[in-house]
Amino acid sequence: MNIAADLPWWAAVAVAFLLVLGGLITLIGTLGLLRLQHFYQRMHGPAITIALGAGCILVASMLYFTVTQSRLVIHELLISVFVLMTAPVVAMMIMRAAVYRDLRARHGLPPDGEGGQE
Amino acid sequence: MTTATLLAGAIVFALVCVVLAMVLCTLRLLIGPSAQDRVLALDTLWMCVMLLALMLGIRHGSQIYFEAALLIALLGFVSTIALAKFLMRGEVIE
Repeated sequence: MNIAADLPWWAAVAVAFLLVLGGLITLIGTLGLLRLQHFYQRMHGPAITIALGAGCILVASMLYFTVTQSRLVIHELLISVFVLMTAPVVAMMIMRAAVYRDLRARHGLPPDGEGGQE
Repeated sequence: MTTATLLAGAIVFALVCVVLAMVLCTLRLLIGPSAQDRVLALDTLWMCVMLLALMLGIRHGSQIYFEAALLIALLGFVSTIALAKFLMRGEVIE
């Protein structure tokens, strides 16, 4: 463990604050995933984790490596952009699958597609 | 309190938070009443593992963890899409 001791105090305070905030937001998001009542409410818990928690920790990582290496290190933006682009797609796919399965269960059909006959 | 101890404490606190979050995800994965709950919990678990890799990168001061985090994000996206497609259609590639 070699945390750079020559980090200026403002960078250390900012990185520590962002890390604590990101960890807490991640914990709150998954608490929502565990505690909420229905599936359509539980969809909203991990959205906080993905958007805010990951955002805070990615910004903290960018700030830390930029200050310690004395150059602009922004390749964490790759992960940020990728996560921000794919999170709505994933949410929409899971939501569509859930709606589809709920509708099939309500109509008393087998949950696994067209029954293999068609 | 020096800056190094402040940063080390913050990293340990964030690591503990994310590990607790992974425990909560695993509970939802085990008790999830329906299959879509389990897929959602698995997706959140991928995201927590990615955050864990990023924080280990800060803690060890190494850039290699960044590539691991990028790979984890990519694989999590692909696997979640495949599982959601499987839930919806009953097969992945038609």
